Amino acid sequence: MTSSITAISKRGFALALASAALLAASGAHAQAALDNILKAKVIKIAVPTDYPPYGSVDKTMTPQGLDIEMAQLIATKLGVKVELVPVTSANRIPYLQTRKADLVISTLGKNAEREKVIDFSSAYAPFFQAVYAAKSMKLTSFADMAGKTVAVTRGAMEDQELNKVAPPNVDYRRFEDNNATIAAFVAGQTQTVATSAAVAGDMLAKNPKVSAEFKLLLKDSPCFIGIAKNEAALKAKVNEIIAAARKDGTIDKMSKKWLGKEAGDLPV
Amino acid sequence: MEFDFGAVLVDWRLLARGIAWTIGLTAIATLIGMVVGVACAWARSSGPLWLKGIVGAYVELIRNTPFIVQLFFIFFGLPAAGLKLTPETASIIAMVLNLGAYATEIIRAGIEATPKGQIEAAVSLALNKVQVFMRVVLPPALKKVWPAMVSQIIIVMLGSAVCSQISVEDLSYAANLIQSRNFRAFEAFIIATLTYLALSIGLRKLLNWAGPKFFFGR
Repeated sequence: MTSSITAISKRGFALALASAALLAASGAHAQAALDNILKAKVIKIAVPTDYPPYGSVDKTMTPQGLDIEMAQLIATKLGVKVELVPVTSANRIPYLQTRKADLVISTLGKNAEREKVIDFSSAYAPFFQAVYAAKSMKLTSFADMAGKTVAVTRGAMEDQELNKVAPPNVDYRRFEDNNATIAAFVAGQTQTVATSAAVAGDMLAKNPKVSAEFKLLLKDSPCFIGIAKNEAALKAKVNEIIAAARKDGTIDKMSKKWLGKEAGDLPV
Repeated sequence: MEFDFGAVLVDWRLLARGIAWTIGLTAIATLIGMVVGVACAWARSSGPLWLKGIVGAYVELIRNTPFIVQLFFIFFGLPAAGLKLTPETASIIAMVLNLGAYATEIIRAGIEATPKGQIEAAVSLALNKVQVFMRVVLPPALKKVWPAMVSQIIIVMLGSAVCSQISVEDLSYAANLIQSRNFRAFEAFIIATLTYLALSIGLRKLLNWAGPKFFFGR
């Protein structure tokens, strides 16, 4: 139907028709997304491919990461096949609104603006900034950081957050970008590093020999699964899967694997 | 667009410390780098063959690679070989190596421009090898190349801005840190620019005075 519409050269007319068709389609789909998925035996899930460790492609161009594993988990629990749709941060919500994807699992944070256009599941993964250091180092509170060197990226949120909570005699080593910050820590030039879980997870994945682990939490803003508005059945099913995965430790295991830290308490 | 220099100058302590680091790094690198340069220039012009080879390789290696790569190698690369240096030490080593290599070639040019007869005259006066080099060959050589030498030292000082990349808290680090906090990039960098300009002019004046006074008379 859409192809015949775009063939019409008068743009305004085509646009009006297309939006009418879209409205009709979404009306027909409302509350039916779950049924349609189960009928088609395939679920389309939007995932990132440019954001390790949540989503990236490996050497064979196969998507991998926490979000991808989550997508596969949802599909498996639904008993359907998964079709991964690569999205970027900017277009992930439009993909959902235009029904090019049934779910968005793409490090999506919840805020008021987004809640106006889409629904959110319970949180499935943490997204946080934290201090990382060698496993052998005793670092249980920010006070323990006194006199220690810490690598941070200049002007990044971690830098500012750390300034608020750490003692004044912490020896900040500020670098231009995340790569230099991580390189300094990996080379042993600093004792600790403050960075986002995404960057730290990538560091741990690429440098398995580096002895580093999560030490102190700086700031927390967990990831949620995005669902089209008014799909209560699908939302309930997704929440059920997340709750079960939290209970049996799957969520913690995934978080540990990709982010170096268990998921802990996540908002429902 | 409105400018607010006060927002930057409020952090004058950071800037002052940055200037002190820039001057300190440059001073140490210049002193040691000059000694390296003189020693290597001697080795390259009248040292034994094997030493000529080693010094030649060093000079070519440093002069044909970027300073920032040399610095990154020393700071990020050497720890893998078990050598961990503070950012400040790594910067000084990189600056000394860099200035040393350029100074070698500059001083060697001066030495080669010294007439042979002058050296033969010195030898015939029964001066030994060290005396000939230190008293007869080196002073006129330095005098001939001093302007080039001064320029090279200033290049090294300006190049020290790169050391902020490995978290040395020099002047450009201070400017960068301030602008990342208050987003006053124009004001922060114009202040840094003018400060570097003043430092360069001051350093040139100082060296033009110090050269004749301490190194080659008159």
